[in-house]
Amino acid sequence: MEVLQAINFIDLTWVNVTSLIVVGFIAGMVSGFIGSGGAFVLTPAMMSFGAPGIVAVASNMAHKFPKALVAAIKRNRYGQVDVKLGLIMGIFAEAGVLIGKNFMTDIRQDFGDVGTDLYVSAVFVVVLAIVGGFVMRDAMRGKKTDAENKGVEQKHEAGKIAKWVQSVHIPGTMMYFKSIDAKVSVLFIAPLGFATGLLAASIAVGGFIGVPAMIYILGVPAVMATATELVVAFVMGMGGSMLYAFDGFVDIRLAMLILGGSLFGVQIGAIGTTYVKEYVVKYVMGSIMLIVLVSRLIKLPVYLDQMDWIAPLSAGLTSTLNVVSFTTLILALVVGALSILIALIKGIAEHKQQHAKFVDVGASD
Amino acid sequence: MSDKDVSVMSVIGFGIVSAVLYTLLYIYSGDLEKASQLVQQGEKIYFLIPIAIAFVFSYFHGTFTDRFWSMLGLKAKK
Repeated sequence: MEVLQAINFIDLTWVNVTSLIVVGFIAGMVSGFIGSGGAFVLTPAMMSFGAPGIVAVASNMAHKFPKALVAAIKRNRYGQVDVKLGLIMGIFAEAGVLIGKNFMTDIRQDFGDVGTDLYVSAVFVVVLAIVGGFVMRDAMRGKKTDAENKGVEQKHEAGKIAKWVQSVHIPGTMMYFKSIDAKVSVLFIAPLGFATGLLAASIAVGGFIGVPAMIYILGVPAVMATATELVVAFVMGMGGSMLYAFDGFVDIRLAMLILGGSLFGVQIGAIGTTYVKEYVVKYVMGSIMLIVLVSRLIKLPVYLDQMDWIAPLSAGLTSTLNVVSFTTLILALVVGALSILIALIKGIAEHKQQHAKFVDVGASD
Repeated sequence: MSDKDVSVMSVIGFGIVSAVLYTLLYIYSGDLEKASQLVQQGEKIYFLIPIAIAFVFSYFHGTFTDRFWSMLGLKAKK
């Protein structure tokens, strides 16, 4: 067995402190809007600032769970949270977190910090490709349907898979959930929760599985799924943070600086969801996922080189890949922030316009 | 004192607490780093420090940011 390496935490220079707060703010906005924690931008960002993959994941979980609690309470006020579903999924997610965390610490023991860098990035690439593509396709369909039914209030309807899941009756395992107004077997929720937790312990993002699973497999409306995911994120995030902290991997300074910015942002994102249509949430989610995917993909050869798994890269190429990867990540943040702000400003303006018309009609009557 | 005054006062109050917490975090950042190294060396009790910090910061800073936006008039669609 190798001697355990000392844990590398980043230096708190003023540039790092300021950058982390700004990155936290934008990621918080995205997080409040799409309910996936924003860690899919923050984990790579922390790694770009020099934190090893395992420290980035552990610290992200620690920053995420209190933030998820704040956002969940906020969105519960708008009636968007299914607390019961969130808690049940969260409990099953804890089991996934335990397995995922042990796997990560085993990788570090065998391959060192760069092993966790490679593992975290590779998981990101695969998951973002699958989920990002799926969400984007669904957003495009949603927009088309919305255009065809302009002016008509759309009622949420569960997809084919969700209808089947809701139709399966397994005695002794059925539970009623208000978000779908139907009973579903806990046996369907268990693997979804477990997979969410496993992914959370691997990349600090469980929402990539949790949110689409709730939408497409259970039939929860998108806005409620993103809100309920916050409960799941709180439950499993707290458990995961404790597990990682028990081995000393949580850099709480890093986590709290990110939190400092993101708590400002998460409020804007959460409020933004109340002004936009479902397909807009999906568009923003899909776009950011695909851009982050490119950022991580570009970084993979650098880690493979550091592990001596490929022929050595030249110093110039390594430097170029690092810069391009970081720039792409910044692009994802900018796209996310602008999309949400534009959607929010447009939504508020439309709402005010409609309100003014309503007042005018009322006055003329 | 009107409601608006109370709201502004509470924003300022929570804002000050939040700023103090972040100042302390910066001052003791070296000790926090050491605490993590101690956990790795077997002093497991220190694992509670980051978890406690996460809760305290999220309460005070979370309340501050929530009231901050409300004070500025950014509200959800009814």
